[in-house]
Amino acid sequence: MRFRTFAGFVGPSVFLMLLFIAAPLVGVFLGSFQITQPVVEQVEVETCTPGFLTQTCTTELVTRPILDENGNITTTTEWIGLTSYIRVLEPGRAWDAIRDLDYNALMQIDFWAALRFTLMFTLVTLPLVLGFGLAIALAVNNAARSIRGPVIFVSLLPFIITPVIGALSIRWLFIGDGILTSALEMWLDRDLALFAQAWTIELMMLFYRVWHVAPFAFVIFYAGLQTVNQDTLESAIIDGASRWDRLRYVIIPHLMPLIVFVALIHLMDSYRVFEEIVGFSSQAHVISLQWLTYDFLQPDDAGNRAYSRASASAMLTMVGIVILLIPLLRRTWRDHKGAPH
Amino acid sequence: MMIRRLALAGALSLIAGTATADCAFENETEVRILSAAFEAWNAVTEAMAECGNVSAELDQEFRTKQPSAFAANPSLYHVGGVSNGTITPLMNEGTIRPLDDLVAEYGQHLSPNQLIRINGEILAVAMMVNTQHLMYRADILEDLGIPVPATWEEVLAAAEVIREAGVVDYPLGATMRAGWNIAQDFNNMFLGFGGTFVNDDSTPNVNTEAGVRALEMMMRMTEYMDPEYLVSDSTYVQQQFQQGRIAMANLWASRAAAMNIEEESQVVGLVATAAAPTAMPGGAPATTLWWDGIVIAANISDENAENAFRVAMEGLDEEMVRANNDDAIWLVPGYQPTPLAEGAIATATAEPAPLSYPSTSQMGLMHTALGNELPAYFTGDVTAEEALAAAEAAYITAAQEAGLLD
Repeated sequence: MRFRTFAGFVGPSVFLMLLFIAAPLVGVFLGSFQITQPVVEQVEVETCTPGFLTQTCTTELVTRPILDENGNITTTTEWIGLTSYIRVLEPGRAWDAIRDLDYNALMQIDFWAALRFTLMFTLVTLPLVLGFGLAIALAVNNAARSIRGPVIFVSLLPFIITPVIGALSIRWLFIGDGILTSALEMWLDRDLALFAQAWTIELMMLFYRVWHVAPFAFVIFYAGLQTVNQDTLESAIIDGASRWDRLRYVIIPHLMPLIVFVALIHLMDSYRVFEEIVGFSSQAHVISLQWLTYDFLQPDDAGNRAYSRASASAMLTMVGIVILLIPLLRRTWRDHKGAPH
Repeated sequence: MMIRRLALAGALSLIAGTATADCAFENETEVRILSAAFEAWNAVTEAMAECGNVSAELDQEFRTKQPSAFAANPSLYHVGGVSNGTITPLMNEGTIRPLDDLVAEYGQHLSPNQLIRINGEILAVAMMVNTQHLMYRADILEDLGIPVPATWEEVLAAAEVIREAGVVDYPLGATMRAGWNIAQDFNNMFLGFGGTFVNDDSTPNVNTEAGVRALEMMMRMTEYMDPEYLVSDSTYVQQQFQQGRIAMANLWASRAAAMNIEEESQVVGLVATAAAPTAMPGGAPATTLWWDGIVIAANISDENAENAFRVAMEGLDEEMVRANNDDAIWLVPGYQPTPLAEGAIATATAEPAPLSYPSTSQMGLMHTALGNELPAYFTGDVTAEEALAAAEAAYITAAQEAGLLD
């Protein structure tokens, strides 16, 4: 293909990627080293607010931003180096906790507690999603042709549900005397409170995520199964390979590029775990890195937002994803370079 | 009131009315309103819509939207529904206008109690008060011969009797969901024990005896509560009451009317209200007072502002209150207190009286810090002092970032 034709096709997409992916990333990157603060003054203010019958007036010292002649808040922006990263990571406290082998103290620092859960969540759901996805794909592939359509449709349903809605549904099924908690209580004959401690909430989150994402792995693997070379399978049968041997030595090697692909997508998605935290309102027990960024960005009643720490936390999340993806990306790169054409 | 519902659950309703019934004048210019989404705002915005050309947006995420929407020029909304908590960013950024002239011309019927004055200037017109106060199952307390508790010690003693009688699942309920709610419950108790959150130089002051005593009292309460209290918000506590699963709670006055909705409540007529209990003898009720009201944007023309104010006054008139008497503790003349309003009135008129929620930039940061750090105490990971020290540390970091501390 001539270069001009190539550029004509690729140009618009490169431009949009620069505009909507690269530019915001650079903005957040720079923002994480900067801090913008209002210039404030302290003034005495008398505030009169209603009681039920009469007003009460109080005079207090109030800190408020200074407005410029256009009525905008005067702000200063400074370069602060790694200060925001230090505020998020709290390396001093973290190091003390690690040196004293005090796991509980380390988990009191939001970032490290969030990192612990995010990594655990990502690494536990990954094999489960791959395993269940493959199992469903094999089951459907071996099912009678007449029921395949309905089975595929039903298997895909969890993937179609919006994540937040799915998480809320699970919450309502289990919270308080939700129907599933009541059912479990009857079955086990004991009182259960699934939202009262961290490990039950984490179990529900793992269950929910696997339930939600396994259909995606299933669809990809099912498509891959249609292209398995039937001659190879038949010769394997003639050679006396068992069902397991055929899976192990023919089917899985054939599906390997797809497995890597699903693993890549799943790692990226689950490292950004967020809907579960919000849906289960679990922040007392469990938080994730993405939720931490969100929490920094949420304004409080007085309108304060921690933009600098949010930027730093977002950059750290990205760094984390890149580190997780490196082994898989290296493998893909090797396969790509080693390809015969 | 300030229930942080999820974005998706947050109700967003649009009322665009062209009818001109029951309005003193016909409104020709468009008036847009952004407010919180609860029953009282529904009543007020519907009364405003009778003037025509009114579009009201009732959104639980209003406090995220309001500051930026009002900072636009021209402002995206003419009228804002605020509380004493959410008016702070609008005041700080100067995006709402003084209302003295408009009140003088069109607000003669307002009671002086409704006019929110900051340094003498009227910046908002309040329509209702709200507070967290004691709600209890009158039938249960009567059956067991327990007098209505006036202090938290008495609440705990009553809870013990109720638990032994085994008449409900859990004697107590509380809005202790991690985040805004648990911090607010701590605020109530902390003020009840005479604490002050922040010193004049913006340094934190919660890791004190009052702070520890407040946390310890809250921990003693949890013994009588549903163990899932760290996910329980106002709506959840309201439902626990409605389903007859709890007997007492310190809950928002704006939730009281829901107890008597026959379609959803199994305890119609059985719930009564009383003043918020005190935390220590001779102290103020351990709660804060809140008001909700309207503000007018600064970045709109004077004619538009005048028009918007006239429409807003139509929404805050006696007629509206008479039609929606039970929806709130109205400050508007014509309000007839119902039996369920007794608790809020007793709280507001107590001697010494509880404070208004101290909305400042510092308090906003402190509220967030408390909401994030206190749950660790209730999960048993840290002691009360450690949790308060962590909250102070989180506050200091946030205050440094916001430029309030060096």
